[in-house]
Amino acid sequence: MNDALSQRIWQRRLMLTLLLAPALLWLFALIVLPHIDLALLSFRARSAPRHYQPSLSQYDTFFTEPLYWQIFVRTALLSALATVLTLLIAFPIAWVITKVAQGRASTLLFMVCLIPFWVSETVRTLGWLILLRQSGVLPALLVSLGITAQPVELLYHNATILTGLVYTSLLFMVVPLIGSLESLDNSLIEAAYDLGASGPAILRKIVVPHAAPGITAGCIVVFMLTLGNYLTPTLLGGKNSQWFTELIYTQFIVRFNWEQGAAFGFLLLALSTSMVALGLRVSGQRFVDVMRRS
Amino acid sequence: MIASLPRAAWLRTATALYVAAFLIFLFVPLVIVATFAFNDAPYPAPPWRGFTLDWFTGNPASGRVGLFHDVALLGSNWTSVVVACWVTALSVAVGTANAFLMERYRFFCKGALSVLMLAPLVIPGVILGISILSLSSRIADLALAWFDVELDFLRPGLPLVVLGQFAYIATIATLMISARLKRFDRTLEEAALNLGASHAAVLYKVTFPYLRPALIGSAAISFLMSFENFNTTLMLVGADPPLTVMMYGRMREGATPVLNAVSLFLMLASALLALTLMRGGTRSAPGSPAAGA
Repeated sequence: MNDALSQRIWQRRLMLTLLLAPALLWLFALIVLPHIDLALLSFRARSAPRHYQPSLSQYDTFFTEPLYWQIFVRTALLSALATVLTLLIAFPIAWVITKVAQGRASTLLFMVCLIPFWVSETVRTLGWLILLRQSGVLPALLVSLGITAQPVELLYHNATILTGLVYTSLLFMVVPLIGSLESLDNSLIEAAYDLGASGPAILRKIVVPHAAPGITAGCIVVFMLTLGNYLTPTLLGGKNSQWFTELIYTQFIVRFNWEQGAAFGFLLLALSTSMVALGLRVSGQRFVDVMRRS
Repeated sequence: MIASLPRAAWLRTATALYVAAFLIFLFVPLVIVATFAFNDAPYPAPPWRGFTLDWFTGNPASGRVGLFHDVALLGSNWTSVVVACWVTALSVAVGTANAFLMERYRFFCKGALSVLMLAPLVIPGVILGISILSLSSRIADLALAWFDVELDFLRPGLPLVVLGQFAYIATIATLMISARLKRFDRTLEEAALNLGASHAAVLYKVTFPYLRPALIGSAAISFLMSFENFNTTLMLVGADPPLTVMMYGRMREGATPVLNAVSLFLMLASALLALTLMRGGTRSAPGSPAAGA
């Protein structure tokens, strides 16, 4: 009897080890160690060919070279703006899907909203390029409607980059918003209405507080993805995009200055992570729950 | 206002207009891409010059290289398929192991491990790419210096692309499979064991059939996310680019409508996949596909 028990415990230990191995291998070889290596890389400087010494000069360059930190701030601000715009555009749709449309119409609308996001971001950006460039569809339309005399260049503006970013991010806002609005009991809204509350008051006092977890989750994910986006800003913004990920790419792949690129990468990671942490703190949620939600 | 409350006429109209505008915003870029795949012009731009299938079937002799004769584009498409198959197989296998690990076992530092498993979702794809690039290059350099061996698979190329994509897609597979395993009624397994089934038989006959929808769903999502990945791939790519990277390169140069033609096929393929999965799953199941992450 005792033997059988000890054998079962032994078997369970063996199973645990076998299951732990791939998880640890994945997380340490591909996540933890590469980031430690990247950190080491960012804290060194080349003193002579093939000789390196610990140094803060990469970070020093970032703070003393105005161009670098200006692009950093610009990327952060535009990402924040894109996040707010995405929320404002996505909220009414999430509301219509959960509270206004009924039954099949609601499900259908939800599915229709999802479909574009199954298509690759490259394809969607190609669509925007054809629409907006000077020889594109929208400038031609503006000329034929007599709004502009000449075709105008609609690419390479901040507004273009924002449009592209908002477009790419909508899904990641709509899904968590729907999740949190679905659980809002309609009778609460009806009660408030019967007691004479106005629309804006209901929104402010009942809907937003209830949907806060969904709003935070959506904002965190959208901000993070926007900040780390490379494709949309570079294609829609061209040389004017000045996106921070582009700077990282240039240092790493074009100039082969890996130390500087690693430092830039860490700064971006720090910003992204601290915004996630801030969002969680403000809304008092756990990281695990937010990630499950989105 | 909600459906059960009276709504003013202007509010109904405004809502309908808003939804219409939103849907136009969503679909116009896709419709444009599809339309200009058939335009009889050397560039995907207005005006409309008539219908043609040149961008699908044109051969080099006719002056227009259509998709079916564009060897480079077809080759990169195949590269993407191969990479996506590897990533899918790895992600689903590791995701399944992780799901059992997290749902069935208790061990030291389990909480920390579960947070670490989610970390890949908050690391920007570009940074995931450069960190893996820097570590693998360091290892390859050391191998060359100490043992005088050249480890080619650690230099930018498809093996690294597979590892880079797998690094974060594994998290998604883990979440999807864990979510289903969590809802599993373990008394079913106990019943089977009581009736004399072996552990292997229980796993094979009871648990895996139950997990099947999640396994298929996570495989489909992993494939799609790998196929569409750009950020991480761009940092790790070597001589043979997958489709997204090749399309990006051509888009910067100002490409012919052959890109529209390949995009049309991509749209059809993902729409088909999406509809199949949505029919099978519930509303919230395969929630978040294509990302920049």
